[in-house]
Amino acid sequence: MVLPVILDPLLELRGVLRRFGTQTVLRQVDLQVWPGETLVLIGESGCGKSVTLKLLCGLLPPTRGQALFEGQPWSARSEWDSQRERLRFGFLFQGAALFDSLNVFENVVFGVRQNYHLAEEQLREIARERLLEVGLPFSVCEKKPAQLSGGMKKRVALARALALTPEIMLYDEPTTGLDPVMTDVINELILQTRRQRPVTSIVVTHEMSTVRKVADRVVMFHPVSRLGENEPQVIFSGTAAEAFVSPDSRVNHFVHGRAGDRLQELAYA
Amino acid sequence: MSVGLTGERAPGMIAVFGRATIHGISFVGDLTLFACQFLLRCCLALPRKRLLLPSLYSIGVQSLPVVAVTGAFIGMVMAVQSYDQLRTVRMEATLGTVINMTLVKELGPVLAAIMLAGRVGSSIAAELGTMKVTEQIEALRMLGAEPIQHLVVPRVLACVLLIPLLTIFSDAAGMAGGWVFSTQVLGVESVHYWKHSEEVITTFDVCGGLFKSLFFGLAMSLIACHRGLHCEAGAEGVGKAATESFVLSFITIMALDFILSIVIASTQMFWFMYWYRTGTAG
Repeated sequence: MVLPVILDPLLELRGVLRRFGTQTVLRQVDLQVWPGETLVLIGESGCGKSVTLKLLCGLLPPTRGQALFEGQPWSARSEWDSQRERLRFGFLFQGAALFDSLNVFENVVFGVRQNYHLAEEQLREIARERLLEVGLPFSVCEKKPAQLSGGMKKRVALARALALTPEIMLYDEPTTGLDPVMTDVINELILQTRRQRPVTSIVVTHEMSTVRKVADRVVMFHPVSRLGENEPQVIFSGTAAEAFVSPDSRVNHFVHGRAGDRLQELAYA
Repeated sequence: MSVGLTGERAPGMIAVFGRATIHGISFVGDLTLFACQFLLRCCLALPRKRLLLPSLYSIGVQSLPVVAVTGAFIGMVMAVQSYDQLRTVRMEATLGTVINMTLVKELGPVLAAIMLAGRVGSSIAAELGTMKVTEQIEALRMLGAEPIQHLVVPRVLACVLLIPLLTIFSDAAGMAGGWVFSTQVLGVESVHYWKHSEEVITTFDVCGGLFKSLFFGLAMSLIACHRGLHCEAGAEGVGKAATESFVLSFITIMALDFILSIVIASTQMFWFMYWYRTGTAG
């Protein structure tokens, strides 16, 4: 008989409330991310998915509650410690967030150059490997981000995130604004990254093809503004297959892309 | 009391005044904390050459033409405005003293700082603001770079290091412009123009102007970086950050000029008293 190994969550939110001014984005959210899993966060725009990503990696502090990494709250770490621990994360931002003033090469090796003293030849080798990994030729190195297409920007940003060989990858809407082929390319790259290294991934997406393809577990958030007083904000947690047959109409409508009564609700909001 | 489109009542005058006061006080507090963070980061590590050199180039070298041209025109305008006044009391020979003294003590440092606030400050605020709204600041943090160390320290240091040099250029261009116009157009004797200046303007006056410029450069660049890093979302937020940067820098430069002028004048008085006493004692 094989006994199940009980692991501690790698990342965790405990009773998190997050406000921006007077607007509450997250309310009493509890979430665990287990080592090695690929968690996909879905939900309507403005329900706090991207904020959740930033809370999990310590970029944002919670207004109330705790965000923990390896069992220790980010708030208990010094700024220096947090900065060092964040190097174990790779973050693919929604708009790629490439540095406009730097070319592709400088963007890809930015983190490595910033944190390690490597020779220029070693940096070139890292850039070459990472760009190859995301399917880009080394000749793209001299280009500025403004000269790249949306898909190329996302791939360069992924190469930049991978350059520091992260243990945890955070993807914030990695396929938004891309054509279907490029969407699938990014999905494949997420899978490839997971195959090549033991990485824990959290993907925020609206794309159901991404959910089907990469998710080990799906968690769905609902906007606070549309919740009752004691309703939980996480309205679904399960596998992708379970999400597609969920009896909850909110989950069902979202994953099948049905408006339902939303049009009327929006008109009277 | 007016009612808005959504039926909400517009706040009264006292509420608006109160809100503006709270906003102003919290801004000053926030800026002070920001300045402390800058100083701390400066003490921890100086910026890498790779970061400092582009800032030095864009802030110093690229600002030189605009500072020099403005300075030259101000020198000429001073000549035009002062000449008639001095001629009525038959003191046109002292025109050089008036122009050069005003340039060295006041107009040179203030003009260089204002030109820098317009050309460099707004650009810094817009650049950092765009980086903030496009998540580049968060990307920096994820890649192990501290935004104040990486973005603010090189820009502020470049401003503080180069503003005295730009002030010297502004002074020199103003003096040259005033001299050319006074001697070639208004017919003032070149010898008198310089001789009277030499007799009146002291090293203390020149150093006082340059000393003031250091504070202007520090305040202007800190405000620009602060506004950029606290930029609101969207293109409107970036535009607002650039405008606020210039307006706040302008007001701060003027306020600092007033305070520093009093401090320098008092110091000068004590200096002369000390010099007079030791001189007579000797």
